[in-house]
Amino acid sequence: MPDKPSRPSPALALTNPRTNACANPLTNVLTNVLTMTGRSIRLSRRNVDALITALALPALLLLIFVYFFGGAIGGRTGTRYVTYVVPGVLLLCAGFGSSSTAVAVTEDLKGGIVDRFRSLDVSGTAILAGHVLASVARNLLATALVLALAFAIGFRPSASPAGWLAAVSVLVAFILALSWLSAAVGLLARSPEAAGGYTFFVSFLPYPSSAFVPTDTMPRWLAAFSDHQPVTPVIESLRSLLLAQPPGTAPWVALAWCGGILAGAVGVAGVLFRRRVG
Amino acid sequence: MSIAAIEATGLTKSYGAPSRAGGTGPPVTVLRGIDLRVAPGTVFALLGPNGAGKTTTVRILATLTEPDAGTAAVAGYDVRDERHRVRRAISLTGQFAAVDEAQTGRENLRMMARLAGLGRAAARARAAELLDRFGLYGAGDRLVRTYSGGMRRRVDLAAGLVGEPEVIFLDEPTSGLDPHSRRALWDTVGELAANGTTVFLTTQYLEEADRLSDRVAVLHDGVIVAQGTAAELKSRTAGHRLDLTLATSAAYLRLTARTPHASHHDPGARTLGLPTDGSARHVRALLDELDPAGTDVTHFAVHTATLDDVFLTLTAPGPGPGPGQGTAHHA
Repeated sequence: MPDKPSRPSPALALTNPRTNACANPLTNVLTNVLTMTGRSIRLSRRNVDALITALALPALLLLIFVYFFGGAIGGRTGTRYVTYVVPGVLLLCAGFGSSSTAVAVTEDLKGGIVDRFRSLDVSGTAILAGHVLASVARNLLATALVLALAFAIGFRPSASPAGWLAAVSVLVAFILALSWLSAAVGLLARSPEAAGGYTFFVSFLPYPSSAFVPTDTMPRWLAAFSDHQPVTPVIESLRSLLLAQPPGTAPWVALAWCGGILAGAVGVAGVLFRRRVG
Repeated sequence: MSIAAIEATGLTKSYGAPSRAGGTGPPVTVLRGIDLRVAPGTVFALLGPNGAGKTTTVRILATLTEPDAGTAAVAGYDVRDERHRVRRAISLTGQFAAVDEAQTGRENLRMMARLAGLGRAAARARAAELLDRFGLYGAGDRLVRTYSGGMRRRVDLAAGLVGEPEVIFLDEPTSGLDPHSRRALWDTVGELAANGTTVFLTTQYLEEADRLSDRVAVLHDGVIVAQGTAAELKSRTAGHRLDLTLATSAAYLRLTARTPHASHHDPGARTLGLPTDGSARHVRALLDELDPAGTDVTHFAVHTATLDDVFLTLTAPGPGPGPGQGTAHHA
């Protein structure tokens, strides 16, 4: 669009450093998302308590499952329990780790910073994407720690590099979907404390699944739920991919679930954002 | 000047209408038709008490809230249809610090500069320049969490300037600042205007509006009750104030009830201030009218009206402000 001739143009406008950057909207969006991601990562790094929890809890959970429960449950899983349980622990951490996105989003809405971002023409999606991508980074770090610890206590996956790549892809899809869902929850919550309550719920979702025990050991109604909730296909994919077993349709079911949750969450979060700040 | 930096006509806004989520009860009308015009490179103050609609006005002009009716253009662009262009031309510094506590001042400024479209190196240079200009150079690498209130406000204001906006909105920029920080902020606003930036600020402090702005609009209960230069506004309340000190509390209460247009009340000293043109004739007439027996009033004094007097006169509840009411709505 041409500049209006009638527009007041103080000397500043001529040298405005932003004039060039406005030329390519796509580059602008990318810069905004990357800048927001860098911000969220810095904020996560400085929230030391939360970071320690996010990194230490997964490691503790792995040890608890392997050494406290492993002896009792292990015999029924048909493999070494550490091998059986690692995918479950990875998911448990992913659920817990992504849900802190909700708290971060709620914290943002408490102050005036979202208005400042909007007045800089940063979209709601870019703000949320920053939190979500930082969540993915945090979770991948926690995942690496859990895997390292698992190796140390005897986890020996037999996956090929392609299997690893596929497993990590499924896990990232899951983290991405849950993080964006958390962002939507963060837009609904009226306080960081309320958003924290959601963390609790998500952390429980892996229990009624095949994460820690085979579902055929559960009561029939619970097994029915466990077999059909999104966590189970994700776990089955990770397990079969890491152990180089034929994964069947599990990865596709898992990706369909994650894609569906992600699409729904992005849409809902968009609407909620406009409603909350508009 | 022919072209306005900000021009608004008939802005209205209510909250809690049934269409809005979470809206319960009857809608609350915040703005009832606001007209504003601000010339480029000037400082404009929107003056009003809490709840008058100042923040809503700023949010509409800064494209963060849509008006229910009316039109507004900022930097020549429509706030509804060209909001992205408006956003590139403005900055907003609100009442709540809009910087991250867990980032350093420098990181905050660099981030804002990147979001404003500056390249990496340019953003770094701009952050350093702003830290220097706002006296934060030594504190630039400390987390904002460790800043004092004044420093926080300064870094917040600096964050609003990263993109060299044409129009700057400051929503109650000095609330909660100590006198020293307030004065420093006033100087900054003066410098911005001197460099050709248009500044639109809201304030509850009449002194601030008087001191900083080229023009003032008084917003009360969603309506602009007066608009003009501080001097013009002062002249609208007849220019002077007659302070009457009364003999008894009973007399104070009696006269208070009879003078809803009084602009000054001090029950402790039993003093009542009334607008007057300062002429002997008018002062004598007032005294005769209010104290025909000559027993209630013990002392009197006549001062030049302050902006406070104007404000209180214009926003007084009841049958009507005194002199000046007739011209209050001209804009």
